[in-house]
Amino acid sequence: MAKKKEVKSLSEVTVRFAGDSGDGMQLTGTQFSDTTALFGNDLNTLPDYPAEIRAPAGTLYGVSGFQLHFSSSDIYTPGDNPDVLVAMNPAALKINLKDLKPSATIIVNIDSFDAKNLKLASYASNPLEDDSLQGFNVIPVPITSLTAAALEGSPLSTKEVTRCKNFFALGMMYWLYGRPIEATLSWINQKFSKKPEIASANAKALKSGYFYGETTEVFATSYTVEPAPLPKGTYRNISGNQATAYGLAAASVKSGLPLFLGSYPITPASDILHELSKLKNFGIKTFQAEDEIAGITSAIGASYAGSLAVTTTSGPGLALKTEAVGLAIMTELPLVIVDVQRGGPSTGLPTKTEQADLMQAIYGRNGEAPLPVIAASTPSDCFYMAIEACRLATKYMTPVILLTDGYLANGSEPWRIPHVEELQEIKVKQRTEKEGFYPYSRDENLARPWAVPGTPGLEHRIGGLEKSHIYGNVSYEHENHDFMVRMRAQKIKNIENDIPDLEVRFEQEGDLLVLGWGGTYGAITEAVLCARKEGLKVSQAHLKYLNPFPKNTAEVLKKFKTVLVPEINLGQLSRILRAEFLVPVVNFNKMKGLPFKASEIEAEIMNLLGGKQ
Amino acid sequence: MANNIDSNEVKLTAKDFVTDQDVRWCPGCGDYSVLAQTQRVLPDLGLPKEKIVWISGIGCSSRFPYYMNTYGFHTIHGRAAAIATGTKLANPELSVWVATGDGDLLSIGGNHFIHTCRKNIDLKILLFNNRIYGLTKGQYSPTSEKGKVTKSSPYGSIDFPFNPVTLALGAEASFVARALDRDPKHLQYVIKRAAEHKGTAFVEIYQNCVIFNDGAYSSLSEKDTRDDNVLYLEHGKPMIFGKNKDKGIIVDGTTPKVVSLTEGKYSVNDLLVHNEFDKSVVLAYLLGQMSNHAEFPTPVGIFRQISKSTYHEDMEKQIQEVKAKRGEGDLEKLLFSGNTWEVK
Ligand code: SF4
Repeated sequence: MAKKKEVKSLSEVTVRFAGDSGDGMQLTGTQFSDTTALFGNDLNTLPDYPAEIRAPAGTLYGVSGFQLHFSSSDIYTPGDNPDVLVAMNPAALKINLKDLKPSATIIVNIDSFDAKNLKLASYASNPLEDDSLQGFNVIPVPITSLTAAALEGSPLSTKEVTRCKNFFALGMMYWLYGRPIEATLSWINQKFSKKPEIASANAKALKSGYFYGETTEVFATSYTVEPAPLPKGTYRNISGNQATAYGLAAASVKSGLPLFLGSYPITPASDILHELSKLKNFGIKTFQAEDEIAGITSAIGASYAGSLAVTTTSGPGLALKTEAVGLAIMTELPLVIVDVQRGGPSTGLPTKTEQADLMQAIYGRNGEAPLPVIAASTPSDCFYMAIEACRLATKYMTPVILLTDGYLANGSEPWRIPHVEELQEIKVKQRTEKEGFYPYSRDENLARPWAVPGTPGLEHRIGGLEKSHIYGNVSYEHENHDFMVRMRAQKIKNIENDIPDLEVRFEQEGDLLVLGWGGTYGAITEAVLCARKEGLKVSQAHLKYLNPFPKNTAEVLKKFKTVLVPEINLGQLSRILRAEFLVPVVNFNKMKGLPFKASEIEAEIMNLLGGKQ
Repeated sequence: MANNIDSNEVKLTAKDFVTDQDVRWCPGCGDYSVLAQTQRVLPDLGLPKEKIVWISGIGCSSRFPYYMNTYGFHTIHGRAAAIATGTKLANPELSVWVATGDGDLLSIGGNHFIHTCRKNIDLKILLFNNRIYGLTKGQYSPTSEKGKVTKSSPYGSIDFPFNPVTLALGAEASFVARALDRDPKHLQYVIKRAAEHKGTAFVEIYQNCVIFNDGAYSSLSEKDTRDDNVLYLEHGKPMIFGKNKDKGIIVDGTTPKVVSLTEGKYSVNDLLVHNEFDKSVVLAYLLGQMSNHAEFPTPVGIFRQISKSTYHEDMEKQIQEVKAKRGEGDLEKLLFSGNTWEVK
C-alpha cells in the first residue's frame, strides 16, 4: 500500500515531451493538451517536429518535441523554458537540455540510454552517470521495459508493444499533475475501434503509467494546477489551422455562398485542406490541384462563377501563385489566400515558424497591385480573421491575403466557442439587373459588380488586360490606365474606414510602445505584462490589418518616444512603418524558426527603458 | 439534348454570338475561320448565351473570348484550363470552353492540360495549333518541327515537338479529335461532337499563321495535295484516302502501312476500320502518330471517344453521399464538436 503522497499546488507549469519522430510525441502532447483543456486550465502549445517524416531513430535531427504551458490564470505563450522534460532517448535529452529551467525535472527513459543511442546522440559518456545533469531533478524510469512488463501476454509483437511506451509516459504525467485519464481512454477506444488489441494495449500502458506514479517511490510529490478563471461559456481546444478551416466554413454559411477551396498540399498549411475536405456535407468543394498555380487559378475560376473561393498555401506556394494574384486584382474578383508562413527563403524550414512573408504578401507582384493583407494573432483568432478575409474580399471585390504562421497553425489554445448567431452576417450582392449593367462600373465601395456566368443578359468579358473604366473593354489608353491604377489603389486604401482602430493597451502615450503583428501577440503580451509588474511603463498595440493600416496608426506611433517592433524576420513591418509614417522604430528580430520567448522581449523592453536586464 | 447541359433549348443564330469588338487578328489568320465555325455551331447546342463561358490564356488565339458574345475570361498564360476547371466545378450548369494555343496549352500550361484530361473535367478545349509563337513575334513552339528556323532558333530548333493528339490520348482524355481551319464543314462537325461529349473534349485545330508560319499546313489544305495527305476518320468506315480514293491504311502487327487499292494486292476489306469508341487506346494512338511521319496521311476527325464519369459528377455525388450519411452541415454543431467543457 502506497503512502499518501504530498500534493503541491502550482500556478503554472511548462512541460515538454521529446523523443524520436516515431515515438508519438505529437500525439502524447496533443492528448495532454486536450485533457488539460478539459480540466479547465488555460494553455498554449508549441509542437516542434522535424521535416523528415521518420528520421532515422535515435538521431539528433530526428527529435520531435511538443511543449505546453498550462496555468491557473490567463497565459499567452507556450512557455519560455520547460519545468519538466520527458526525454524518451539520449538525443531528445541532448537537444532539449539547454532550454530547461535550471532546476527543471527531467524524466528519462533509461532503457534507451544504451551505447548505440548515446553514440547517435554524440554523447561521449552517459549523461545519467556523469555530472552533466547536476542541478536538475533527474527521474530515471525504465519506460520501455515497464511498458513491456505491463503488456506481458498481449498478442502484440514486441515492436508493437514498444510503441505503446508513449502512453505509459503520458499516464505517468497525468498522475504527476493530477489529470484524469478518462478523456484519453475514450480517445484510444475511438481511435483504435477497429484494432481492439492495440486499443487495449495502449489503454493498459496508460493506466500502468498512472499507477506507476501513484504507487512507486519514484515521485515523492504530485502537483495540482487549478482551473483558470476563464470567461463563462463552452470551450474547446483549437489549433490555428483548424480555426482557419472553421472560419472559412462559417463565412460560407454566413454569406450564403458555396465554398470552393483550390489547394496543393504544403507544410504547414495542408491541415486546412484536410479539415475542409471532411466538411462535404456543408456543400464545400475541395479541389486538390496539380500544383500551387492550379490551386489559386481554379479558385479564381470558381470565384468568377460565384463561389466563395479560397486557396491555402505557405510562402513558396504564395510565390508560385503571384501572377494569378495579379489576375484576381486586375479582374477584381473576390478571393481569399491563406499563407501559413514558414521559414524561408526557398524550401527553408518547412516545419518551423517565421513571419518573413509580409513583404511578399503586401508587395510581391508585378505592377501596382495592392490588396488587403490581414493577420491572425492567436490560434483561435484564425477563425475570426478567416471570416474577416471573406467579408473584405466579397465586399470590395478583391483578393485578400490572410497571414498566419506555423506556430499559430499547429499551436492550440482553449477557445470559447461562439454561437452561430453571434457571428457577423456577410452581405453579398451578385448582380442580376440588366438595366445599366457595366462590368467596371463601381458601387460606393468602389467595387465592381459581381456578375456571374449563368445570369441572363449580363454576358461580358473580363481579363488580365487593362480595362476601360465603367465599360470594361480592353483599353490601352494612357489616361485610362493611370486612372484605373489609382482607382484600384484607392479602393484598397478606403478599407481603412471599414476596420477597427489600432488599440493601445495601457498608457495611451509615453516612452515605449511595443507594436507587433501576427503570431507574436502572445509573447509580446506576456513580456509587456511582466515588465509592467516590474514597474515599467510600457504600452502594447498589435496590428491585425497590415494593408491598409488602421486609420489611427500614424497618430498612435507619434504618441510614443520609442516604438519597439519585435518580428520573426529582419524587420519587414519596421521598414514599412518607417516608409509609410516617417517614424523611427526600433527593430527586434529573431530568425531561429521559433517563436519569441516572452523573456527575450522583456529583456529588450528593460534595455530600452534603461532598467536592469 | 444537343449538348450535355440540362437546359431548355433556345433558338439563336450565329449573329447572336458576335460581339461589338473589332476582331484584331491579322488578315488571313486561321483564327477567323475557327471563330466563324464556332459561332455557327453554338446555336445548334440550344443553350442560352448566359450558360456558355469561354476561357482563354495568352496568345493570339486567346483573344477569342472578346469576340464571342457569351461570358468570357481572358486569363493569364497557360492557366486557362485550370481556371476553367474552377468555373465548371463551381457551377456544373455551365458549358465551359477553353480557347488556347500551342504555347499556352502545351508549353507553359502543359501541366494543367494533362491533369485536366486525367481528371476528365468537363471542358471543351480548342487548341489553335499554328506551330509557332505568334503574339511574341515568331519563336518556335512545342509543336514546331525539329530544325525549324525562327528568331530564337536561327540555326534550326533542336527540340523534338509534342504531338498534341497522342499527348491527350496518353493523358487519358475521353474525347480526342483533330480538324483543319481550312475545312469549315468538318471543323463545325468536330466542334459539335466535342460540345456533345461528357468529359474533357480535346480538339486540335491546325491553324495557319499567315505572318510567322504561313503554309505550315498547306499540303493539307491546297486543292491539288490535300486529298493525298488527309485521312478523314469516320466511325465504322475503312480508312481510305487519295484523290482517287485509291489508297488505304492497314496494320501489320503493330505498324500501320499505306497500301494501294489499285495494284490488286489489297482491297477495301483489308483496310483498317475506324472505331471511335474502342476501349483500347492502341488504335487511336497509332493513328495519332501517323502525322509524325511524312509517308502517312494526316488523320483528322475523332480519334477516340470514351465514356467515363466526369469530375464534377463524382464531386457532386460525393457531397450527396456525405450529406446522406452525416446530415446537412450544421455550423453550430461543428463548432461545438469534439471535446468541449463548460466554464460557469
Ligand atoms: S500572328 Fe499569326 S496567329 Fe497571330 S493573329 Fe497574326 S496570323 Fe494569326
